[in-house]
Amino acid sequence: MTDLSLIRNFSIVAHIDHGKSTLADRLIQSTGTVADRDMKAQLLDSMDIERERGITIKANTVRIDYPARDGKTYVLNLIDTPGHVDFAYEVSRSMRAVEGSLLVVDASQGVEAQTLANVYQALDAGHEIVPVLNKIDLPAADPDRVKANIEDVIGLDASDAIPISAKTGLGIPDVLEAIVTRLPAPKGDRDAPLKAMLVDSWYDPYLGVVVMIRVMDGVIRKGDQIKMMQTGARYGIDRLAVLTPKMTDIAELGPGEIGVFTASIKQVRDTRVGDTITHERKPCAEALPGFKPAQPVVFCGLFPVDAADFESLRDAIEKLALNDASFSYEMETSAALGFGFRCGFLGLLHLEVVRERLEREFDLDLITTAPSVVYHLHMKDGSVIDLHNPADMPDVTYIDHIEEPRIKATIMVPDEYLGDILKLCQDRRGIQLNLTYAGNRAMVEYDLPLNEVVFDFYDRLKSVTKGYASFDYHLTGYREDNLVKMSILVNAEPVDALSMLVHRDRAEARGRMMCEKLKELIPRHMFQIPIQAAIGAKVIARETISAMRKDVTAKCYGGDATRKRKLLDKQKEGKKRMRQFGKVEIPQTAFISALKMDG
Amino acid sequence: MKQPEDWQAGGFALYLHWPFCKAKCPYCDFNSHVRTRIDQQDWQSAYLAELDRAAAETGGRILRSVFFGGGTPSLMDPSLVGAVLDRISRHWRFENDIEITLEANPTSVEADRFRGYRAAGVNRLSLGLQALNDDDLRRLGRQHSAAEALAALDLARSTFDRVSADLIYARQDQTLAAWEYELCSLLDRGPDHLSLYQLTIEDGTAFGALARAGKLRGLPDEDLAVAMYEMTGEICEGAGLSAYEVSNYAVEGSESRHNLVYWRMGDYVGIGPGAHGRLTLGQTRYATSTHRNPEVWLRAVRDTGSGETPREVLLPAAQADEYLMMSLRLSEGTRISRYRALSGSDLNAGALEAALDGGLLQQDGDHLRTTEAGRLLLNRLVLELSA
Repeated sequence: MTDLSLIRNFSIVAHIDHGKSTLADRLIQSTGTVADRDMKAQLLDSMDIERERGITIKANTVRIDYPARDGKTYVLNLIDTPGHVDFAYEVSRSMRAVEGSLLVVDASQGVEAQTLANVYQALDAGHEIVPVLNKIDLPAADPDRVKANIEDVIGLDASDAIPISAKTGLGIPDVLEAIVTRLPAPKGDRDAPLKAMLVDSWYDPYLGVVVMIRVMDGVIRKGDQIKMMQTGARYGIDRLAVLTPKMTDIAELGPGEIGVFTASIKQVRDTRVGDTITHERKPCAEALPGFKPAQPVVFCGLFPVDAADFESLRDAIEKLALNDASFSYEMETSAALGFGFRCGFLGLLHLEVVRERLEREFDLDLITTAPSVVYHLHMKDGSVIDLHNPADMPDVTYIDHIEEPRIKATIMVPDEYLGDILKLCQDRRGIQLNLTYAGNRAMVEYDLPLNEVVFDFYDRLKSVTKGYASFDYHLTGYREDNLVKMSILVNAEPVDALSMLVHRDRAEARGRMMCEKLKELIPRHMFQIPIQAAIGAKVIARETISAMRKDVTAKCYGGDATRKRKLLDKQKEGKKRMRQFGKVEIPQTAFISALKMDG
Repeated sequence: MKQPEDWQAGGFALYLHWPFCKAKCPYCDFNSHVRTRIDQQDWQSAYLAELDRAAAETGGRILRSVFFGGGTPSLMDPSLVGAVLDRISRHWRFENDIEITLEANPTSVEADRFRGYRAAGVNRLSLGLQALNDDDLRRLGRQHSAAEALAALDLARSTFDRVSADLIYARQDQTLAAWEYELCSLLDRGPDHLSLYQLTIEDGTAFGALARAGKLRGLPDEDLAVAMYEMTGEICEGAGLSAYEVSNYAVEGSESRHNLVYWRMGDYVGIGPGAHGRLTLGQTRYATSTHRNPEVWLRAVRDTGSGETPREVLLPAAQADEYLMMSLRLSEGTRISRYRALSGSDLNAGALEAALDGGLLQQDGDHLRTTEAGRLLLNRLVLELSA
């Protein structure tokens, strides 16, 4: 139990690569919370993928004891939040659990699009914000320019920004001191009925579901009978702890404190982030506002490369889902790809992360189909259908109109690349909303269809700007547009995994590109293969793969039999990685490559 | 009566490998080595020891063919060839019309030995002409001229009952007309057996390295290669030689009996460095092989009494694959019932139907044969049918 005035709860807002995790590591290390020998670079990013890619996916927390210059020891609770737009909902709820933020900006680069979105979330949550200029030791560091940039772009006073180098440790004591002196202490009433916010939850194979909470009012103790106000579920607290960052048992948590508990909860889905936790016997009068659950916005099919791995895929997906309530799945059958799952994700990075975890942690080879967004089909009978998979599209004669999700995209980019960015957005059916400058950096806002972004927008953006652009988006709503289903026919057979919804005006170009790509990707067969893109019965693009005419070994005698047979065995193995489509075999890699669109 | 074993449908033959050449040709991926000094006596002892060992397993069988391959077997002393054939004749009974072939290069030095080989018992010479123009012979790394090639051919035909000649075509910068001229000038001499191979770029050869570096130019494209193959068949057919196998053309009755043992999947003993064999012993069919390096093989034979590397048991599926792969090369084709008996399952029905419909295969009762178009796609067909 800590006195409220000695608690500071904060998060760190930063762009990828601007040094958030390194700073977090430094703070933990300099207060001796973790012994030096246990220090693993980027301590809080515990998943392999998080550490490798330098991104944070799940919110993490650590409690630090800090003896301040005023002679008192403070408890600092750091919630490390994800930086990527896909996980914006994680950010928003984490922000609500703390009172202040450190805004970390790379002193050589300035504010990026994602930083901006997260800072606004922090401001929305009523945070006090301390700007920190990192990488001050680099020759390219230009603190004055970046301070001006922070003031221009965010409108935040950056005059007392703290210059640091998380890498060398320079300025770290000043940061710790600023947390104590410049961020507010939490408020709360120890004697009121228990009111705690469910900040996050995750599945631990040994402990079951671990729930992270922030206590607002009252006190929670081990053994307490609690109630989740939204779900109505009741549990007994088995274990109460704080994260230092390892789980350290604690007798009770009072107002302003952040900690975790376990309570024999079986899956993450049984907990709802933002829910209010109170005592069963003496509940609080009013629940906290709560959050909207995150909705999947991008869908794609995941199929095992080897059909025999379907059951393993099911197991793996179920295990992953235990820990990730934002990821949805249902079984899907594809004529081209066999049995698999249609999965919903928060965005493309989320998709990629889940896919990578399935492949890496469960040793599966997967085929991913074209990412698709959720379309609203307004039927002539007045009903509305959510379409997750273009292959499921009903007959067009029953459809009155189709709506697609739109986003507002914010892109920040050095001005020499601005022309390329505008062209890219224009090509993707974007509508420019705003264009402003801060120094030599431009900030542009576009209204874009999400389906134009889910393909490879981010890759294209990175390539046309050599990696200097940053991008962030949020969904703004649905709008009707002239959308059609484009089918791809290989040797006159439609390939369901390649069908997609496209804008009518873009259909020819995309169809042509698809046919050209497939022509390169599908090996020649013993017969000629037409490849067509069609809307309904109307062919809009066509390519032909010519027939192979000669594949015969000139010499094959007694001494060659073994070698040729082994070659045959190898070719048979190769055939297994092909998908039979009518008479045509399509390599699995073709599905993935064909769907990577450029231009 | 005892059911005949599967290999008996193909017969029994013996292959002996001589691993040395005067020079390594840039297209050749056979097991051949260049050595300045070769002790023919050492090699004779080793070959004889290996023959004795092979006879212990297959002694009772009737031999259809012996083949001296290489390398360049026309670098063997005729006395060595004689000693080997003498030992073979003591171990196995010969079919009445046993075929005993030796591969020879048409240099004048080697042509001088033809009589000696004949006296030692060789009754068929396979002559590696490869080309009939001097520029191309040089590009192929050959040591002889076109004139020497034709002289050697004439001498061989007056020395041996049966002679075959090899040519390589679809060479760099070769035109259809140039190939036609070369082939016709060979056919004018009235051969009854030709092996006509399209140049194949193999890994591990000088040509392979050049091709990998993008420096091998002037090779025909697919359409030209197909046109050359089709023309070759027509011209040979016109001269009375039919394509009884993908690259082999013969007047009826002059087919290579030795090679037919391979293609009909008979049993064969492989003697010498890098030689492969197929032996059915008891109920098991083995693929045998030997050490490839000449000195390693020689030492193994001398020190351990065997030049063999560990045998591979050929499982039914592998036997069936080999049978299909080899037999479909022949104009007589594959017997569906034999394939089924070996593999325990049928050919891929969908692939068979598609190939029959597509005019790539023809079925005549139990026999499956490729059409001309199908023969050119044989590797692909075998893959489809056996997958």
